[in-house]
Amino acid sequence: MTESTLPDVIRTQSLVKRYGAVTALRDVSMHLRKGEVLGLIGDNGAGKSTLIKILTGFIQPTAGEIFVNGQEVKLRSVTHARSLGIETVYQDLALVNELSVYHNMFLKRELLHKPSPLLNNRAMREQARNHLERMGVNIPSVDTEVARLSGGQRQAIAIARAVYSEARILLLDEPLAAMGAKEGALILDLIRNLKAMGEVSIIMIAHNYAQVLEICDRVNLLQHGVIALDKEATETSMDELTELVMREYRTGATQAKRGQ
Amino acid sequence: MVKKVLPETTTQEAEAQPVKERPGFWSTLVRTLLRQREASITVVAILLIIYFQLSNQAFLSLANIRTLSQFVAAAAIIAAGEVMLLICGEIDLSVGQIFALAPFIMYFAYQAGLPLIVGIVLGLLASLAVGLVNGLITVLLKVPSLITTLGTLFLLSGITLTTSQGFPVLTPSAGWLNEVLGHSPYAEILWAIAIMVIMQIVLSRTRWGLHTIATGGNLLGASEAGVNVNRIKIGNFMLASLFGGFAGILECFRITSIDPLAGGTDIMFLAVAGAVIGGTALSGGLGTIVGAFLGTLVLSILRDGFTLLGVSEFTFDLILGAAILIAMILNVRLRLWREAGRE
Repeated sequence: MTESTLPDVIRTQSLVKRYGAVTALRDVSMHLRKGEVLGLIGDNGAGKSTLIKILTGFIQPTAGEIFVNGQEVKLRSVTHARSLGIETVYQDLALVNELSVYHNMFLKRELLHKPSPLLNNRAMREQARNHLERMGVNIPSVDTEVARLSGGQRQAIAIARAVYSEARILLLDEPLAAMGAKEGALILDLIRNLKAMGEVSIIMIAHNYAQVLEICDRVNLLQHGVIALDKEATETSMDELTELVMREYRTGATQAKRGQ
Repeated sequence: MVKKVLPETTTQEAEAQPVKERPGFWSTLVRTLLRQREASITVVAILLIIYFQLSNQAFLSLANIRTLSQFVAAAAIIAAGEVMLLICGEIDLSVGQIFALAPFIMYFAYQAGLPLIVGIVLGLLASLAVGLVNGLITVLLKVPSLITTLGTLFLLSGITLTTSQGFPVLTPSAGWLNEVLGHSPYAEILWAIAIMVIMQIVLSRTRWGLHTIATGGNLLGASEAGVNVNRIKIGNFMLASLFGGFAGILECFRITSIDPLAGGTDIMFLAVAGAVIGGTALSGGLGTIVGAFLGTLVLSILRDGFTLLGVSEFTFDLILGAAILIAMILNVRLRLWREAGRE
């Protein structure tokens, strides 16, 4: 694969996270290549959210190293991670329903009619429209209040905003959850467009293996706080993923006991 | 016939169409309703004016318009600040008490030999300080603003009553300053209109306004995006308090005396009710300054009109209560419809 020659934008070395007696991450060594879409799958409680929270600076690991663009970093806070271009997009959390699409896109980065303190709505509207068009996000109008958009459209706006804010490593926490086929297709198209643009690398938590195999370059399966599988999407299959998870179900109870 | 030949396409189309039309239909419906909400309060105001004018020719006389404008002004100024707070998800119940205290601070400073203008500035600074305290207690100590400002309501009331010993005093007179600050017939309403225009611009055309809406609309999301929600809330507490104190100072120049029992919960509730009737959601995120102005105008027209018709204050309370309930029910319905339209 040509991608394997690309540099890693994120690499973790033996990440451990314990909450008292509970071990959420046992030993996670993973990596994300530039421009890649990595699917992160695993059962509830496997540690996906913990890993994402560590990478976004929300919590700190008990042990282990994180490298961003080859440099070792201690991600102190969400702001710190953001300053390194890492941004998590949570479903339904990011946008203000009462504001228009373009005001949401520019929230905290508003353009003003300098030197007056007045908002330059025309410029923001235009830039938001261009940016969304470039990313292939289709909405009726950037003037629309976000409350009137569908779940998929809002998710797309949130992702577009993150990319617009210079985020180069996107962590998508279940971007397709609770979404119909049509809505899901909207997000998959957006991720595909981002991939084609090649500026952004993405880690995506997902439950739907068909969608993961369709959109992701590579799949990581997290089980009991370790990466149990790391394969190119083309080299694995629904059957293999399902089999791994099912085997997990069968032996889950005993393994869990041994693990702790 | 053709449809029967291609049953699959037909069902697909039949299923696809409502999905496509739905956002359009809902968004137009919601848009009309939302527009109506601000338009409807204007219509109500006009209808009331027509009704009272037909019932009593004195309603649109110059003397009564002046009375009405004076009655609206103080409440409208307070409402302008209160709306900002309501939009960012908080409320200030103590604003009617700073209305009474600020003129006394001005008076005491003047009695102590300071120029009147300095007294006014001190009164306004004290108002800002009260807002700061309200804001800090609410934001940093996480006491709900309803409780915080209920506490400061009594606290301020106590301070005003003890320092003034419960007696009204005469407003110091200082020539032109007097006239500008409320004594000339339309000074107060001009201030109210100016404040309304400025605050509406602040709300809808500046970063502060945008962040205020964001804070009330999605507190977590706004702070995630980097909005300093605490600063926004504290700032709006200070703004609400400042307008409360300023309205009190204007009022004392108009009526030429300073009454420790002026304002109080009456004027505060009038301002809050006006804001709510004018389309502000108590849950935050929604509202306009113009709407609040129109809301207080409608309530003032009601009170003034009924007084002219010889209807008692008791009836007015009845109508005020009903108006608030109807407005709130409509508010909630609108919100539910909006959410349903979101799919």
